[in-house]
Amino acid sequence: MSVAAGAQVAKARRGRRAIIALALLWVSLLLLLPLAAIVWTVARAGLSSVAHTLTQPDVLHAFQLTLIITVITVLITGVFGVIVAWVLVRQRFHGRSLLNAIVDIPFALSPVTVGLAAVVLFGPGGWFQPFFAARGIHVIYALPAMILVTIFICIPFTIREVVPVLEEIGLDEEDASRTLGASVWHTFFKVTLPNIRWALAYGIALTTARAIGEIGAVLVVSGLIQGKTETATLFIYRAYEERQTAEAYIVALVLAAVSVAVLIVIESLRHRQERERTRT
Amino acid sequence: MSSAAQTIGNRSRLVGTPHRTVAVLRHIALRGAAFIYLGALVVLPVAAIITKGFGDGFATFRDAMAVPGAWGAIQLTLVTATIVAAINAVMGTTLAWVIVRYRFPGRRVLSTVVDLPLAIPTLVWGVMILVLYGPNSFLGKAAETLGIRVLFTPLAIVLALCTVTLPFVIRNVQPVLLELDEAEEEAAATLGATRFTTFRRVVFPAIRSAVFAGTLLTFSRCLGEIGSVILVSGNRTGHTLTAPVFIFSLTSQFRFAEAAAVATFLFAISFVLVLATGKLVKQREESG
Repeated sequence: MSVAAGAQVAKARRGRRAIIALALLWVSLLLLLPLAAIVWTVARAGLSSVAHTLTQPDVLHAFQLTLIITVITVLITGVFGVIVAWVLVRQRFHGRSLLNAIVDIPFALSPVTVGLAAVVLFGPGGWFQPFFAARGIHVIYALPAMILVTIFICIPFTIREVVPVLEEIGLDEEDASRTLGASVWHTFFKVTLPNIRWALAYGIALTTARAIGEIGAVLVVSGLIQGKTETATLFIYRAYEERQTAEAYIVALVLAAVSVAVLIVIESLRHRQERERTRT
Repeated sequence: MSSAAQTIGNRSRLVGTPHRTVAVLRHIALRGAAFIYLGALVVLPVAAIITKGFGDGFATFRDAMAVPGAWGAIQLTLVTATIVAAINAVMGTTLAWVIVRYRFPGRRVLSTVVDLPLAIPTLVWGVMILVLYGPNSFLGKAAETLGIRVLFTPLAIVLALCTVTLPFVIRNVQPVLLELDEAEEEAAATLGATRFTTFRRVVFPAIRSAVFAGTLLTFSRCLGEIGSVILVSGNRTGHTLTAPVFIFSLTSQFRFAEAAAVATFLFAISFVLVLATGKLVKQREESG
């Protein structure tokens, strides 16, 4: 190897190291340091204060509310997401591209705007307010609106994961199953669903993470009633505003931990899904 | 697309005539369910916002813009979104490159860590930034001695937005980079191109639309982001009050029409960008 070539290799290696260092520095600054800071702060506060915070009725209620909203959101966006994805891929009709564009709307709308829309529809002077008020149903500043806005925000996740897989698997297997006399439901549960299961699971994991962390929309529609319409994120928000920073940090760290667990599930699902896709 | 339509044609022949009416009805029922679901949960709220904001023509929008700080909030949001989109385009591409092309200890961990913003709630990122740069923290003190204030300044907004949008460009660019044939780059290098020229002339044209798609997505997300921003920005009118927080504060004052006008304005920009991103991704998939 000539001296010039050797010098070039050395230069390339230096360049490589510099780029890797830059990447690691950026990720550390934006992601790892903030995480480390909150872990450190909570660890310093000690286990007893963590236990004390997490057993407060307000905190327990907040986690419970987040759980309820997340479960309902996952169920509804999961079932209807598969239906919409199926219709988008398997049917040709006028308005299909319109339907496709509608699915993307929640990506473009600020969560605050979603909350505002719920207030305009169900709030004081809203379009549907007289209807529900006459029946004594509280929608706004109560659980129903909080669920509705969370569903709105999570609608695209399942659909956008399932659509490409449905497109890829095509109709051959389903047609074979139908020709052999299987019913539509049987074909769906035995052929289609197993094919889309990892995509669906990935979509559900993304939905879960988003539903747990939603703040902008529920901030507007919840009315921030302590111990009543307060989700885990809203608890953090209020606790911080009321200078109960220690409690805010602890609940924030718990939410982060739950979300990281969800992320690990997401990652393993994606690897599975990719492996499955390369096999087909 | 035409082949899919064809298979559907074949399929209805397969199903045969007696079941045909049932099959058609089932198709219509599912399509109806899809339209009702999206119509009630997406179209209706959007229609409500637009009607509320622009029901009286542009008068409400003019009034909303006349609220002190309104225009400043929109400007701040557009400027910070532009800065963050630009930073993300460069750093996202760099990170995707490092994750795909280089082999070094910790690469897989890095690949997982960059997905953290997808999982951890945006508000929690905000709280973590508060802890990290707070007056009692090491970094907060260090920055203070350098004369830099992070918290409750536009810098905190940029930092928060960079964090929550970090994966967007990476996740768009990564699959394209993985598919790229390294032989072309080697050919360019053999022909005497410098590494920068190789990147500019060989790699970048291939990943351009993916970088662009990720950047647009970042920008449109920044226009609406509130969770990570609301605690760290300080929300001072005309200084660190962003448009989404402004909409929130109008809403809590029950000024729904004005809030809806500002919201519609932001949504219009954002929706065009999201549609454009979808087109870019589709184009790439069809050409690839």
